[in-house]
Amino acid sequence: MTTEIGLWGVPLAIIGGTLRGSVPFLFVSLGECLTEKSGKINLGLEGTLLTGAMSAYAIAYKTGSPWLGVLVAGLAGMALGFIHAWLSQQPKVNDIAVGIAMIIFGSGIAFFLGKPFIQPSAPQLPTFELGAWSNLPPVQSALKISPLLLLGLALAPLMQWFFTSTRWGLYVRAVGDSPDAARAMGISINRVRMLSIVAGSFLAGIGGAYLSLYYPGSWSERISSGQGLMAVALVIFARWNPIQCMYAALLFGGAQAIGPALQSVGVNSYYYLFNASPYILTLAIMIITCSPKKTLSGAPGALGSS
Amino acid sequence: MNQSRGNPPVVAPSDWGRHGGATPLQMFTKLLVESGDLKLKNKHRLILSRRQTIRGILATTAFGVSSRLWTGCTPNETPNNKTGSSPSGGGKTISMGFIYVGPKDDYGYNQAHAEGKAGVSKLPWVKSVEEANIPETTAVQETMRNMINQDGVTVIFPTSFGYFDPHILKVAQEYPDIQFFHCGGLYQEGKHPKNIASYFGYIDEAEYVAGIVAAHTSKTGKLGFIAAKAIPQVLRNINSFTLGARSVNPKITTQVIFTGDWSLPIKEAEAANSMVDQGIDVLTCHVDSPKVVVETAEKRGVFSSGFHSNQSVLAPKGFLTGAEWDWTTVYSKFAEMVRDGKNVKDGTIPHIIRGGFKEGFCKLSPYGSAVSDKAKKAAEAAKAKFMDGSMVIYQGEIKDNTGKVIIPKGKEYKQQDIELEKMSWLVEGVLGSTK
Repeated sequence: MTTEIGLWGVPLAIIGGTLRGSVPFLFVSLGECLTEKSGKINLGLEGTLLTGAMSAYAIAYKTGSPWLGVLVAGLAGMALGFIHAWLSQQPKVNDIAVGIAMIIFGSGIAFFLGKPFIQPSAPQLPTFELGAWSNLPPVQSALKISPLLLLGLALAPLMQWFFTSTRWGLYVRAVGDSPDAARAMGISINRVRMLSIVAGSFLAGIGGAYLSLYYPGSWSERISSGQGLMAVALVIFARWNPIQCMYAALLFGGAQAIGPALQSVGVNSYYYLFNASPYILTLAIMIITCSPKKTLSGAPGALGSS
Repeated sequence: MNQSRGNPPVVAPSDWGRHGGATPLQMFTKLLVESGDLKLKNKHRLILSRRQTIRGILATTAFGVSSRLWTGCTPNETPNNKTGSSPSGGGKTISMGFIYVGPKDDYGYNQAHAEGKAGVSKLPWVKSVEEANIPETTAVQETMRNMINQDGVTVIFPTSFGYFDPHILKVAQEYPDIQFFHCGGLYQEGKHPKNIASYFGYIDEAEYVAGIVAAHTSKTGKLGFIAAKAIPQVLRNINSFTLGARSVNPKITTQVIFTGDWSLPIKEAEAANSMVDQGIDVLTCHVDSPKVVVETAEKRGVFSSGFHSNQSVLAPKGFLTGAEWDWTTVYSKFAEMVRDGKNVKDGTIPHIIRGGFKEGFCKLSPYGSAVSDKAKKAAEAAKAKFMDGSMVIYQGEIKDNTGKVIIPKGKEYKQQDIELEKMSWLVEGVLGSTK
């Protein structure tokens, strides 16, 4: 049974798109936020996202348990994160360069190992039907949400709390803002950064599992279409604040639906422009909020420098 | 300028020769080491030592070598044990090489070609090699040279559109005795090397029949088409699908959504969801891999029609049929022609080869369970007319979706007509715009 809903389809698609499409952004940007708070940049999360997507799909297909797939995706992410953490903490190694190498390595390993899993269909993650109150199928479908979305939404305030109110959060911030002060406090900088990068990559791997096990729900080599890199940029956009990362991720998730939704109600021109709308919005916000007088507020003091 | 403040000494490239015969690399490392000494004065530690430079170069090389391993997808030669004694015909083995731009199991364009390759390899006198994931760069030239030099391939099928110019043109000139068959319509007589042929199928014939099936099945009278780009090949499929549907029910509309590129899984899924929200109950597409569209349709409980290869297993409930390439037939015919001593170079194999149902370039996917007997009958009737050549899709009067008459009454464009390959309009009944 299908029902026509006309122009209401646009806001509905944006809401649906927000609920469906924002989870990879959310997990990757939270992971990157944690990593960058400790003073390291991990550009390789694009590769981690792909590896996560591939390993989740492969494990879910082999074992029949999508949740096991999610777990393995996180572990695969941790493995890549460990490589990045180890390499980028060697003396005189630039973490941007290592990150770019890790994008290529992560996607390469995902494509290489993922070949046999492009064809088969793996079991998908369960959904919560929040739209059961409505008798309109489009509303029911838009309000289907994944448990991973709830997990991500809960994680953002939790991470904020972690940074501001816990001793371990203070360590991470200290290492990221002023390594010398942290060293004076007796904190092992290497260990804190290692743990932050590995934990951040774990989250990115789970973001990848969402792509292949929920939405769009299959493994192919183009599945991420650059979302990992965009999520890394989101962290700067969100000023290294987990709560703002969440809002930014929801915004970008919803924006993906604008182009197709407008075309489906008959706005047929300029679809390239509508597809570019999230990026235009980002640029606009960056221009409005930038200032020549001070550096970015919220940026960890030692970000990117060893 | 105060050099002691940490600026490394600048050596212009033209000075390299004068430093006691040192090579540029030695100069470069020396420069790095010198500036490495300076770093103590300067707090920024940007410069690498000689040892680390060398270590880095080694690591990069190792990485480069190994990355070739996982993108290249080693060509897997089809073992051919029966070749030794060749059967009745020719008495020689034909070596064929196939090159794909993407993975060969994506339920899409590349899989269709890979299935064709697998089909033609069953002929006992054909030896074949293939390589997948070859980008449309000089990489494909290397692949072609490797196939020719190492695998002894004499007939090459580079299947992606973008391989043609300049890659095939260049390699074809280097190897005038090798025959190149390019999938796409780019060959120009007199301008391009004589050992190239181009082949392509009129898959819009199968789209027309799929449109008939869709029209018979749809309850809302609204069909959806998710397309990558507004280029003639894609527009032709949209138009033929719609004309097929409107031959059954003239009130039917096809909503089209352009995603903007060949493989954008999330946009494709969003497009599918938006269209279902608008009451569309049959979805089809022209993108690299229809997997996401067909699966999303199945999840939303609507019907779907496939493209490129057979996707029926992805949607056991809602799959209707689909327009598929049938490269096995085409490649087998090419192989036979080559075995019989025919050659592109001397013109005994034509340079431009096209075909539809009749010539075996395309076929329909098996009908799904949702297709009624009436729809099957109508589809088979249309297919039969294509087979005997009496069907013309584009015959007047045809208007575009702005009301302008494109093909006047009494005029018709047969499939081979070059006008159709310049298509830039959408037929009446399509909701969408090419701009």
